[in-house]
Amino acid sequence: MIQINNVSKWYGEFQVLTDCTTEVKKGEVVVVCGPSGSGKSTLIKTVNALEPFQKGEILVEGVSVGDPKTNLPKLRSRVGMVFQHFELFPHLSITDNLIIAQMKVLGRGRDEAMDKGLKLLDRVGLKAHAHKFPGQLSGGQQQRVAIARALAMDPIVMLFDEPTSALDPEMVNEVLDVMVELAQEGMTMMCVTHEMGFARKVASRVIFMDRGQIVEDCSKDDFFGHLDARSERARQFLSKILQH
Amino acid sequence: MSQYQWNWSVVLEQVSGTEEFYYQWLAAGLGWTVATALSAWVLALVVGSLIGILRTVPSKPVAALATAYVEVFRNIPLIVQMFLWFFVLPELVPHNLGIWMKQSMPLPEFTTAVIALGFFTSARVAEQVRTGILALPRGQKNAGLAMGFTLGQTYRYVLLPMAYRIVIPPLTSEFMNIFKNSAVALAIGLTELTFQMRQITGEYAPANPIEVMTVVSALYLLVAFSVNRVMALIERKTRVPGYISGGH
Ligand SMILES: Nc1ncnc2c1ncn2[C@@H]1O[C@H](COP(=O)(O)OP(=O)(O)O)[C@@H](O)[C@H]1O
Ligand SMILES: [Mg+2]
Repeated sequence: MIQINNVSKWYGEFQVLTDCTTEVKKGEVVVVCGPSGSGKSTLIKTVNALEPFQKGEILVEGVSVGDPKTNLPKLRSRVGMVFQHFELFPHLSITDNLIIAQMKVLGRGRDEAMDKGLKLLDRVGLKAHAHKFPGQLSGGQQQRVAIARALAMDPIVMLFDEPTSALDPEMVNEVLDVMVELAQEGMTMMCVTHEMGFARKVASRVIFMDRGQIVEDCSKDDFFGHLDARSERARQFLSKILQH
Repeated sequence: MSQYQWNWSVVLEQVSGTEEFYYQWLAAGLGWTVATALSAWVLALVVGSLIGILRTVPSKPVAALATAYVEVFRNIPLIVQMFLWFFVLPELVPHNLGIWMKQSMPLPEFTTAVIALGFFTSARVAEQVRTGILALPRGQKNAGLAMGFTLGQTYRYVLLPMAYRIVIPPLTSEFMNIFKNSAVALAIGLTELTFQMRQITGEYAPANPIEVMTVVSALYLLVAFSVNRVMALIERKTRVPGYISGGH
């Protein structure tokens, strides 16, 4: 589904990504973790070309992301993305947030888009809030709407960039529950997150990044079960976040 | 000090040697002022928005050109721009076009005033639009693109609707400025409100300039007040429920 081959990226002199190689297969849930500033957001954003890269190659269902001839809007419309700060469109009602891209990008009619949007809104438990605006919802609710908005495009894969780290602690679970359900239904997912409980529950693989490099890329069982076989950096990181 | 003979009804008097009344002159002046300012505002909004948007696009050369545009139109005094459009431009364009501009262009003073005032104000509008776009959380653009919108659609559906809302207050003051600035057009002979005021107080009613000036000032105030109310209404109608400005 997603292949990342030897990707490197620089901001001027500063190398953010160094020779990153990994892959996400259909139906897999890959969790990406690592210290702040290690390049997790940058890596996940290269997948839908929100961040350009200078070396290497990324393929999404065989389509080369870095190829100048690739129709990026079309590619992005098939890749759902959920952001740390939700990024709902504040001037649009929840319903309009759910239907605008279906209509303007996919060319669906209003009724069809509305039908789909409301079904998904119901699925994330927010049907009663359809007429509200993003600013009238809590962070957790906004993030669930953001997930529904991405799903409305019928994506082949979902990217999450720290979807719960801007939330108050009591709202983290309502978002994780939606993500777990999605994973269990077989959605292909690439998730930057430090929620190790989520990783333990649904991850197929765990990637650990540090200073722009993929340091660990192994199955969930290897990652959590054989800590002694993990790198020093990964163990230090895990011991820090598992203390909480 | 000599005794000033107050006569508030001066504006209702007939202009000596004509069939007309002073209030008709003032009304005609007000009409030109409003027509000029409104037309120039439409031009300024369209051009200013375009330039403001271009200043924020990823392409460096495009953004640099837009910046140069703003600097030129913002920093040359309006009256100089007015003269350049009116007297100099016809000499620079192809001969036949120049002749047409000087001899047969309809409403030459009005047309020139609208263009000069419109482009001058567009530079200021551009700055406001750009500020509004840059004030949005950076993630909004990515969110639009990630949905599959093109860059154009992202501006159209995601960035601009919020950017314009944010800059309604500064745009209101630009909108009010354009009415005041339209008085500069008297320099090229547009018979707008200030032109009429000068004509009346200079040649026709030298005994009662204060009353005429007071009436004219009151008319400008009335216009400014109306603009303010209209913009406040627009601001209220477009207010986003629950939105706290500043974002995150
Ligand atoms: N636009 C940018 N210009 C320069 N450096 C950047 C830019 N964006 C991110 N960086 C740097 O790249 C590194 C990786 O950032 P990021 O991918 O956001 O890390 P993470 O998501 O793992 O916290 C950080 O050191 C950050 O400071
Ligand atoms: Mg990050």
